[in-house]
Amino acid sequence: MELTGAEIVVRCLAEEGVEFVFGYPGGAVLNIYDEIFKQDKFKHVLVRHEQAAAHAADGYARATGRTGVALVTSGPGATNAVTGIATAYMDSIPLVVISGQVPTPAIGMDAFQEVDMVGITRPCVKHNFLVKDVKDIAETIRKAFYIASTGRPGPVVVDIPKDVTQHKAEFSYPKSVKMRSYNPVTKGHPGQVKRAVQMLLEAKRPMLYTGGGVVLSNAAEELTQFARLLGFPVTSTLMGLGGYPAGDPQFTGMLGMHGTYEANMAMQHCDVLVAIGARFDDRVIGNPEHFFQDGRRIIHIDIDPASIAKRVKVDVPIVGSVKEVLAEMVKLVRAGKERPDPAALKTWWTQIELWRSRDCMKYDRDSSLIKPQYVIEKMHEITRGEAYVTSDVGQHQMWAAQYYKFDQPRHWINSGGLGTMGFGLPAAMGVQFAHPEATVACITGEGSIQMNIQELATCKQFNLPLKVILLNNRYLGMVRQWQEFFYGNRYSESYMDALPDFVKLAESYGHVGMRIEQPGDVEGALKEAFALKERLVFMNFITDQTENVYPMIPAGKGLNEMILV
Amino acid sequence: MRHIISLLMENEAGALSRVAGLFSARGYNIESLTVAPTEDETLSRMTIVTRGSDDVIEQITKQLNKLIDVVKVVDLSEAGHIERELMLVKVRAEDGLREEMKRMSDIFRGRIIDVTDKTYTIELTGAGHKLDAFLEALDKGAILETVRTGASGIGRGDRILKS
Ligand SMILES: Cc1ncc(C[n+]2csc(CCOP(=O)(O)OP(=O)(O)O)c2C)c(N)n1
Repeated sequence: MELTGAEIVVRCLAEEGVEFVFGYPGGAVLNIYDEIFKQDKFKHVLVRHEQAAAHAADGYARATGRTGVALVTSGPGATNAVTGIATAYMDSIPLVVISGQVPTPAIGMDAFQEVDMVGITRPCVKHNFLVKDVKDIAETIRKAFYIASTGRPGPVVVDIPKDVTQHKAEFSYPKSVKMRSYNPVTKGHPGQVKRAVQMLLEAKRPMLYTGGGVVLSNAAEELTQFARLLGFPVTSTLMGLGGYPAGDPQFTGMLGMHGTYEANMAMQHCDVLVAIGARFDDRVIGNPEHFFQDGRRIIHIDIDPASIAKRVKVDVPIVGSVKEVLAEMVKLVRAGKERPDPAALKTWWTQIELWRSRDCMKYDRDSSLIKPQYVIEKMHEITRGEAYVTSDVGQHQMWAAQYYKFDQPRHWINSGGLGTMGFGLPAAMGVQFAHPEATVACITGEGSIQMNIQELATCKQFNLPLKVILLNNRYLGMVRQWQEFFYGNRYSESYMDALPDFVKLAESYGHVGMRIEQPGDVEGALKEAFALKERLVFMNFITDQTENVYPMIPAGKGLNEMILV
Repeated sequence: MRHIISLLMENEAGALSRVAGLFSARGYNIESLTVAPTEDETLSRMTIVTRGSDDVIEQITKQLNKLIDVVKVVDLSEAGHIERELMLVKVRAEDGLREEMKRMSDIFRGRIIDVTDKTYTIELTGAGHKLDAFLEALDKGAILETVRTGASGIGRGDRILKS
């Protein structure tokens, strides 16, 4: 039987086992929405802005490892989604974004709501398609899911003109995909893996530098086995948090611009460095020239060959899935008798403990103002470290990363690569849809939350009992901090004036609002809020405006040039 | 260093813009780029002449390989290869210049493919530097117009680029 293009789209999504489609209707996708109306295989979540559709799909993907799906109309619907697509691209998150397009005869005519979506998104997608023939829809969508979720994952856009959703074709969903131009490797080269293991066994000052790739490839267990077997110190990038339990003594904390003193120093002074699903980006190693003043040998495991030797020279490159390569390394170490030199390792750990004793994360606990760090610490305690935590971008993001000690992967959800303010709330919606029973919190700032605050309506419509933790410092805090440090306290346009009454605002959306001004009230308020299992609680913490994120490595400096408290 | 990168890609709409976009987005240099379908009409072959340090060239080939439509990439300059470019030059061919232009064309093994009483159009094929040399040898004032295809390259012997 022949189906219309729109029916085919909906059938394809059902075939892929899609649970949720985050979207917003419009002219070019009306046929698809009509088919959505008639089906019950997946749930459509009506967001209030297309950027939020992409972020929600992204949050769902990060929390589950499955591909997130968003659906938007042509023109402004499509362009609104672009920030969300770019956010997913920078963090290698599997998304399929279906965008409507003007009818094929109108393409290129500057038609109403026409935009070259394939052209606009080309630099921020893993791949994209314009489907010009109804017969190609099924295969294209099949390929889109395959490309998005394999290799180094990423967003894929499928742009479908309106007339193509009306035309008819036979439907059969391809069982498998074969593409001569796309064959991602997963297994590491055995010779290289052997060399790496040998180098590790000979190391005197080893360091495991882990990144988002550990989370993306579901390799937390393999990483933990590997690190424990060898007794090596572990650090993680912002994106890798939860890939190794933060509560474990071998964990030295996050590294990079706002990383711990011990992690950054160990990174700088190690003799063998294993980069695992991490890419030496500028927020992590600062200036590569400084990084290379101290010689060290580097083993780099990554699924993306282009990430290896991009910013630093590597001694042993291993292209493969982090999960498979680590499992292989564990096997090799276990099979042999050789172990790292215990005396050398002991000396190295003594040094690391010395760095650790600097206690770089201390803050004033006796302040009469609410310290943002304290809120996160308490929140960690009250949620027993088990919450899914999303964040926006700014100081609050760094404090969340530093003080919420993530023990499990896929629980820390933030925009690391693009740094997208406005990500936190819609991403949290995606997480809550994926895990309806779980505690999901969004840590945000008063700047960021206002970038997608309209989603409080979506939360109401779908009864999402999120906990919004607003660390309200009345400033675009991270901007203010840079202005304090590097621009002579000239706070140009970083004061957030005319803030709404967030309690009333939350209430007007039908949620519970709280305003907390005293340090003594923090714990009680958090307990009360997290006990309200059925409601979204918006907590407005009035925090110390002058607080800064420490330690800090100024942009372009070396890892050993930290500003400490 | 100058490198000649050859690649096979799916002959799909937009494939060329993915490559061009990659070069501009990442700030890689393109000296020339040629593209045309191959005997297998589902594939296009592209030759890109670029310059960069070894690190940059390594990144370029990796990033090209990462494009979903790209089937194969080789850096031809890594081993024996042949490079050819076609150039058409329209020159003044009046009075005294007529003989001179014919002679120059012969020396460089060019062919005169269009003749008027005032001009010659000379066709010349060779590696880029040979075409440069020809232009340099001509009296600047005599050159009316030039058009070059950019280099195409192929490996020597049994060095074959196939999907
Ligand atoms: C969409 C977007 N615009 C601008 C920025 C630049 N930026 C980075 S952090 C920041 C301040 C964020 O302020 P707020 O959300 O209040 O958080 P705080 O730093 O105060 O915790 C800004 C403006 C950004 N990351 N994203």
